[in-house]
Amino acid sequence: MVWGFRVLTRAMAILAVSAIGVRAQTLTIASSAPVTSMDPHYHTLTPNISAHGHIFDRLIDQDAAGRMIPNLALSWTLRDDRTWELKLRDAKFHDGSAFTAEDVAYTLARVPTVKNSPASFQIYTRAVIGTEILDPHTILLKTAAPYPLLPQDLLQVFMLPHKLGAEPANEDFNNGKNTIGTGPFRFVSYQPGSRIALDRNDLYWGAKPHWAHVDYRLISNEAARTASLLAGDVGIIEFVPPADLAKLRQDPKIVLSEIVSNRSIYLWLDHAHDGTMPEVTGPNGEVLPKNPLKDLRVRQALSLAINRAGIVDRVMEGAAIPTKQYLPPGNSNHVNDLLPDPYQPDRAKQLLTEAGFPNGFRIVLHGPNDRYVNDAKIVQAVAQMWQRIGVQTTVDTMPWSSYATRAGKQEFAAFLLGWGVNSGEGTNPLRAQIATWNPERGLGTANRGRYSNPAVDALLDKAMTTMDRGERDKIVLQTMKLAMNDVPAIMLHLQKNIWATRKGLTYVARVDEETRATGVMESKP
Amino acid sequence: MFTWLLRRLFQACFVVLAMTIIVFIGVHVIGNPVDILISPEADQAERAKIIAEMGLDRPLWQQYAYFLGGALHGDLGRSFVFNEPALKLIGGRMPATLELAVTAVLMSMCFGIPLGLYAGLKPNGILGRVIMSGSILGFSLPSFWVGLMLIMTFAVQLGWLPSTGRGETAEILGVRWSFLTWDGLRHMAMPALNLSLYNISLVLRLTRAGVRETLPMDYIKFARAKGLSPARVIFVHVLKNIMIPVVTVLGLELGTTIAFAVVTESVFAWPGMGKLIIDSINVLDRPVIVAYLMMIVLIFITINLVVDILYTVLDPRVRLETKA
Repeated sequence: MVWGFRVLTRAMAILAVSAIGVRAQTLTIASSAPVTSMDPHYHTLTPNISAHGHIFDRLIDQDAAGRMIPNLALSWTLRDDRTWELKLRDAKFHDGSAFTAEDVAYTLARVPTVKNSPASFQIYTRAVIGTEILDPHTILLKTAAPYPLLPQDLLQVFMLPHKLGAEPANEDFNNGKNTIGTGPFRFVSYQPGSRIALDRNDLYWGAKPHWAHVDYRLISNEAARTASLLAGDVGIIEFVPPADLAKLRQDPKIVLSEIVSNRSIYLWLDHAHDGTMPEVTGPNGEVLPKNPLKDLRVRQALSLAINRAGIVDRVMEGAAIPTKQYLPPGNSNHVNDLLPDPYQPDRAKQLLTEAGFPNGFRIVLHGPNDRYVNDAKIVQAVAQMWQRIGVQTTVDTMPWSSYATRAGKQEFAAFLLGWGVNSGEGTNPLRAQIATWNPERGLGTANRGRYSNPAVDALLDKAMTTMDRGERDKIVLQTMKLAMNDVPAIMLHLQKNIWATRKGLTYVARVDEETRATGVMESKP
Repeated sequence: MFTWLLRRLFQACFVVLAMTIIVFIGVHVIGNPVDILISPEADQAERAKIIAEMGLDRPLWQQYAYFLGGALHGDLGRSFVFNEPALKLIGGRMPATLELAVTAVLMSMCFGIPLGLYAGLKPNGILGRVIMSGSILGFSLPSFWVGLMLIMTFAVQLGWLPSTGRGETAEILGVRWSFLTWDGLRHMAMPALNLSLYNISLVLRLTRAGVRETLPMDYIKFARAKGLSPARVIFVHVLKNIMIPVVTVLGLELGTTIAFAVVTESVFAWPGMGKLIIDSINVLDRPVIVAYLMMIVLIFITINLVVDILYTVLDPRVRLETKA
C-alpha cells in the first residue's frame, strides 16, 4: 500500500515536472488596462505602448531606470543646432525585410496621418520638419528651431516598415496584416478587451527572448488580478493593488519587484482668480475679497500641514515616497536639496496668522475617485490634516469622466492630480504644468491652476534652446528649484511601480510602468 | 395579431429614440470625452484638432442630427476610443456575454425549478427548510464578493478551475464560442454559477410559492381523487399552472443578465459587453454607449414579445389581441 502510494506520488511528480517544462516556454502576463488598438501610432496610452513594445522597436529606448539607451538607432548626434544625425543598426522586420533609413522617414511621415486618433503621437514627431537619407543606415532629422528634446520624443515612436504604403488601415493592425515590427515578439492574435498572443521572433537583432510564447491577458479588476496570480494562472501581474501588498509580501510563492516611478501625485491650487474665488470663503462662510491661495505663505502653510509620511505609510501602504518635485532621486533632473516639506502644523498656523487668516478659512478640496491609486482616500486624509490648522475643508470627489472636464475649467480651488513623466526629463512637467498657459506656443497645456511666474518662464525658455545636455540639466535643476519653492502646487508623493511574479520568476521593475516579457527572468534555483 | 405586433413595433421605435436623446444629453452634461482620452502632453492646438475630428465642436443638436442621419443608414458611428464601428465592436463582444447569460439562465431553470418544487411539496422537511434558507443567501450576497470567494476557493485553494478569462474557443459560423471546448467550459463554470445564483434563488422561491398556492386548489384535489398518479398531478397539473410567473421572471432576468452581467464579467475578466460598456462610460465613448443601449432596449422588447407569445402557449385563455 505504502509502496503504491510512493509510485503514485513519484508519477505525479514526474507529470508535474513535465507540465512545468511545457509551460516554461509560455509567459502569461496580466495587464491592468485595455489595449485600445494594435496600431502603434493610434493612441498615446501606457497600456498600448506597453503591449506594442513587444512587437515594434523604437529608435531610442529607455532602460529600467529610465535612462536613454540605443535601440534601432545606434547613435544620435547633432550636426548643427537644427540637424540630428542618426546611425541605424542592422535589423530585420518580422516579414524578413531589412530595416533601413527609408522606414524611419516613412514612420515619421505616417504618424500625423493616422485618422480619428483620440490622442495622437504627432506631439512626438511634429518637431521634425524634414528628413534626409544619406545611406540605408544613416538619416538626418531636421527641426525648424533648435530643439534639444528630439531624442526624448523619439522614445515614444515605434518604427513601421515602409512597404505598408500610404495610410495603412487602422483595422489591419488588429488582425495582424499590418502588425509587422522588428521587436522581440511577433504578433499572433489580438482579442480586444481580452488577450494578445505573441510568439518569439527568431530574427530578432538583440538577445534572443527567453519566452517562446507570451499570453498577454487583460484583468482590470484588482482583486481578480491578484487572485489569478495566487492561483498560478498568470506568471506576472502589474499594478499590484496596495491593499494586497502586505499579504503578498508574506506569501512564499510570490516575489515582488518595485521601483519609485516618474508619476507624482499633487494638489493643484487655484491661481486663476485674483479676486473672489467661489470655493474659498472666510471662516464663517463670508465672501473673501482676495483669493488667499495667491499668497505664498498660505500655500506653504497648506503644504506644511500635511503629514506625507503618514499618507505614504497608512493610505498608500508604503507604495510611494514623499516628494516636493516631479522626478525621483537618481534622475539627472532630480534636485537633491529640494526635500519634501516636513509636517509642521504649528509653523503652518503661524504662517496663516501672518497672512491674515488667524482663524483659517473654508475651502473645497476636490479629487477623482477612480483615476489614481487611492485618490479619494488621499483627499480625505489631507482634508483632516488641513482641518487641524483651522482650514475648514469640504471634500468633493467624483468620477474622472466628469472631473477631467471640470478641473480644466478652473472651477476648483484645490484639486488632486497626477503627472507621469514618460521621457524622464525635467522640462516635460515644467513646460506642461508650470509654464504660463500659452496656447500659441503650446506651453502650460496642463497648467490647470493657471500658475504664472515670469522668472520660471524665462529660465525654461533658456533651457529649451540649450542644446548641450549637461548645460541644460543645470538650468533645469535651477528652474525646478525656483518653481517648486514657490509652491505652485502642493506635491505629495511619487508612486511606486510594483509587479508581482510567481516564485521562480523575477521582473526588473521599470520606472516607465511598462510590463515587458523580455524583463521577466526565470531565477536559478 | 398583426395590429398588435405593429403597435409593439411603434412603441419600440419611440423608446429607442427617447433613449438616444437621453444619452446624448447625459454624456454632454457629464463632460468632454477629449479631456479624458487626450494625451496629457498634447497642446491646445492638438486638442482643438481632435475635438473637431470627433465633431464635438458643433452644437449638440447638430451632433444628434448627424447621428440620426447615420443611424438611418445603419451606421451608429465609430468608437472614439477603438476607432471601429460601434456595432462591430459590440457584436464582437456579444457572443461571450450571450453564452454566459444563457448558461446562467439555463442553470437557474435546472436548479431553481426542481429545488423550488421540492421545497413546495415538503415545506416542513429539513431539506426544504435548508433550501429556503440557502436561497436567502443566494439573493442577498453581493455577486462581486461571491465571485471572489469562488475564485479563492476553486482556483486558489483547490486549483480545480481556472481563475479568470475565457479560455479556448471554437468557431461556428465565424463566431467564437467557448461552450464548445472543454477548456472553455471550465472557464465558464464559475462566472455562470456566480451569475445564476441570484436567479436560482428567485426562480426557486417563485416555484415554491406557486406550488404552495396551487396544491390546496380544488382541481388538484379532484385530480388526486380521480386516482391520477402523483407524478402526473405534480408535473402536469401543478407545474404547468405555475409556469406563467416563472416564465415572465426568467424572460426579464435573461434581459437583465445580458445587460448587466458587468460585475461578474469584471471579476472574472470575461471579455463580454458589460465590461465594454463600463469602460466606455468611464471614457464617455458616446457612440458605443448609444449603440449598446439601443441594442439592450431591442433585446428587452424582443424578450417581452417572446414571453407574451409563450403565455398563449402555456395558458390558452390568454389572447394577444387585446380589445381596448
